[in-house]
Formats: sequence, structure tokens, C-alpha cells
Amino acid sequence: MQIYLPIAEVSVNAFLLLGLGGLVGILSGMFGVGGGFLMTPLLFFIGIPPAVAVATEANQIVASSFSGVLAHVKRKTVDFKMGLVLLVGGLAGAAVGVQVFKILKAMGQVELLVTLCYVVFLGIIGSLMFAESLRSIRRAGKPGARPAPRRQHNWVHGLPFKMKFRTSGLYISVIPPVLVGVLVGVLAAIMGVGGGFIMVPAMIYLLGMPTKVVIGTSLFQIIFVTGFTTLMHATTNYTVDMALAVLLLIGGVIGAQIGTRIGVKMKAEQLRILLAILVLVVCGKLALDLLLQPGELYSLGAGGH
Amino acid sequence: MLRLLIAFLVLANPAFAAEKVVAGLSQHLVSITANFDGTGIMIFGAVKREAPAPDAGPLQVIIAVAGPSSPVTVRRKARAYGIWVNTDSVHVDAAPSFYAVATTAPFAEVLSQVDDLKYRISIGNMIRNVGEAKEGLEATDFSDAVIRVRRNNGLYSENFGNVRLIDDTLFNTQIALPSNLTEGDYQARIFLTRDQKVVDEFVTTIAVRKVGMERWIYNLAHERPLVYGILSLVIAIFAGWSASAIFRVLRLN
Repeated sequence: MQIYLPIAEVSVNAFLLLGLGGLVGILSGMFGVGGGFLMTPLLFFIGIPPAVAVATEANQIVASSFSGVLAHVKRKTVDFKMGLVLLVGGLAGAAVGVQVFKILKAMGQVELLVTLCYVVFLGIIGSLMFAESLRSIRRAGKPGARPAPRRQHNWVHGLPFKMKFRTSGLYISVIPPVLVGVLVGVLAAIMGVGGGFIMVPAMIYLLGMPTKVVIGTSLFQIIFVTGFTTLMHATTNYTVDMALAVLLLIGGVIGAQIGTRIGVKMKAEQLRILLAILVLVVCGKLALDLLLQPGELYSLGAGGH
Repeated sequence: MLRLLIAFLVLANPAFAAEKVVAGLSQHLVSITANFDGTGIMIFGAVKREAPAPDAGPLQVIIAVAGPSSPVTVRRKARAYGIWVNTDSVHVDAAPSFYAVATTAPFAEVLSQVDDLKYRISIGNMIRNVGEAKEGLEATDFSDAVIRVRRNNGLYSENFGNVRLIDDTLFNTQIALPSNLTEGDYQARIFLTRDQKVVDEFVTTIAVRKVGMERWIYNLAHERPLVYGILSLVIAIFAGWSASAIFRVLRLN
């Protein structure tokens, strides 16, 4: 069944969108990630204009993270205070990101920027995750070996403006969480992702937050940052496609619930190495698009000087 | 002398030509609904004669349908720092969003270059004012690219020989409108030619409009963007909440 998307102005198969939403939803449920970093490139591949894909995906992430955070609120694994500090940075970052997006859209370089961001971030995160899970699988093979102890004190603890975060059991400066928030906000606006894949490692390794509150807190922050990004894209670029978002999120929320059940049955290391491979495959495909000569060198954009 | 002048006027001005074209469309309104998947428009008509057919070359019919024109920025990629990046761009003042041309015979047999320039019928002549090319850039490369890209997207098409002409009087053709159609007033032009010269012209419009849900969403997004954004968020949050609520109920059972 073909459906004409009113904002993207293309006609696509509704079942393809539901299927993509479901597939990415299953993966995001299995791995505990937002899935935006997979969905946005997939939308590019099926011919949705990049500007519409990025803005609409932000809207869809609001739905999936809201669905996810409810369970965490119930289990009291959300550090609201830390979430708010991250959010302050996140909103500032998103505002900057949307403006950068607008300027580059006018210059015709939006596609390049988005693709470059994807290649760089997916490449880094994918390789780190791959190396890490290989190490832990090898470690698991050797009896008696223990995971390396996490460093409790680093340069982060020397900064001013300290604040107490009771849920996380931390007394640290607000500067690093705000900066993490800004970075994630910019990425959310430019890449159409929640930024969980950057925020989660940063919270664990940089801020030293306990793992159990990390996912809930990042989801809490993501809802607001992507919500804000959606509003900004809707008002400055008119690129949020409601019909596209609804189809994706129907598939996505159902898929996520199924994925969570599959995820419980698999080992953490196996999950992580699978996710790492997936991330690297997407990264590789996007990198090839940049490196190989495209079939059509010319592209058309709306005119206007 | 007067008779000669009248004869001259009649011959020179297509409006007074002995052969006139009247035409109709199978639909004057194309509605883009949520499940719009392209459509076809039947264009048909007849040649009206007050006198017997003139003793000239064979009668030919050209049918051209053009979408609304808008400026286009054409960008070209080149290799920079090892990757392919948009480097050069040329501004095209007006290019139709859709263009289909159908004829009774190969284009060169139907129309002379002079009349093609005068009436802007072939695809190449529809794209205007390719300018502002920087030095060293070939502007025609960019206008050719517009035609090529849109042709690959099914937006520009040429169907020479696709117009059926019966007894030099009745004609019809089918113009396919693809699924990636944009809104606007589409202009359908029907030309009669003899000896590659235009004898008469008939113009009519086809309105292409988003309707229903599509119209509502599009208008809301452009006229009340803030309301639209908030509504998108409400839908998202409701969907997220209901999914987790539904699955919680399922888990309990």
C-alpha cells in the first residue's frame, strides 16, 4: 500500500515504513539504544529527503524514549537532577544544531555534514564497542580474571561548581554534564539521533555514574532534547512529517517491546558485539557513499538566493 | 488588394487558421490523497474545419503538459580531500516540476526549431535562464542535469508517436502523472502543426491539489508550525505511553 507523505512529498510503501520501524524497534529494544542512528540512514536509503528524515526521526525518538523511560521511573533508576543538568546543555546544543542545520541546508552541504557526522561517530563508537566486547569475551574465557576496576577519581573531580547528585551518589562539578549535554544536543539536531550512544559511555566513563541509573537518566534527557529539536525543526525548517513519524513509531514501539524480550535471553557480550558489527556496517556503507564516485554527480535543490 | 490582405492575415495568424483544435481532459482536478500512487490523464480532442483540409504536409498533433515552474539550484559534486562533496552550483531561474510531451510522430518531423523556440515545446526549451554560472563552468551541463535527474525520477518524459490521430480529425493520448507529483496548476497545451509549423494552439489547466488529510497536515505545518510541532510531540508521547501500557497489560495476563 503506497502512501503519499505530505511534507516529504514522496510516495512510499506504508508496510515498508512499518517494517523498518519494527526492525529498528526490535534492535533498539534488544540493545537498549534509541535506534535513531540506524533509522535516519535507512530513511536516506529509501529516498526520504535528508532534512525530512532527520527532523522526523527526532519526533519518533520522543515516542520510543518516552515508552522506555516509564519503566525506569517505576524502578526509580532515573537521576532527575543529573537529567536536568544534562538537559540544560542539551537544549542549548539543540538550538545551535538546528541553526547550523539551517545554514548548511541553504549552502547545500547538509547531506555531507550529516553523513560525515555519522561516519565519524559510528566509526569511533563501533570500533570501541567491538574492541571492548572482544576483550570481555576473552576475559570471560579465562577463569579468575576480573574486569578492570573503574577509575573513581579523574580530572573531572577537580572542576568547580560542584553539586550533589543523590540518586547517582555523586558529588561532582556541573561543567562536564553540561558539556556532554551540549554535544548530545548538537548531534540530536544535526544527525536526528537521541545521542544515547554518546551519552551512555560518557556518563559511565567520564562522570562515573552507576550503570543502573545511566539508561533511565539518558532516556529522560533524550525525550526533552529530541522534543525540543522536533519543535525547532518544525518551526524553522518545516521538515517534520507527521504521517511518516506515525508510521515509523507504530512499528517502532511494538518492535521495541518485542526486542526487550529477545534481549533478556541473550548474553551481554554477544549483544554488544552484534551491535558493534551493526554500527560498523552502517558506518561502512555511508563511508563508501562518500568515497566512491556517485552515479549522478548533479543534485537539485530548491532555488532561492 | 483587400482580399489579398485578408488572405495574408488568415495564413499568418493561427487564430484565424482554417483548422482549429478543440480538446478536453478526462479530469481537470487531480487530488493527491494519502494513498496517491500516480494517475493517468486522458487528453482527447478534434480538429475543427470550416473548409476542406489544406493541401499541405500531414497534420500533426503535439500535446505538452507542464507543472508549475520554480527556481532550482543545481549542485555538482567533485572529489575534495578524498571524498565527494558538492562544490559547484548553478542557479536555474525556472524549470517546470513536471513536463511530459507527446506527439504523433518523431519530434523533428512534427516541429521546426524556429517554432520550438517560439512556443517552448521541447524539454530543453522549457528550462529558462540558466545563468550565473561561474567562470569555467558550462551552464548547459547543469541544465542538462536538471533534465536528466527529473527524467530519471519520472518527472520529465517524451513520448514521440504516442498521440493517436484518426482520420486527421480525432486525437487522443494518455499522460502518466507519477506518484512524486507536486501541487500546483498544470498547463496542458495542444498544438496542431503542418509542415513543422504551428497551425493552432489550445491551452487548458489541470489543478493538482493535496486534499483531505494531506492538505490539512501540509497547511498546518506551514501556517501554524508551532501548533504542528506540539501536535507531533503529543502524538509521539501518546504512542509511547500507550505502547508501554498495552504491553504491561499483556505481560500481566
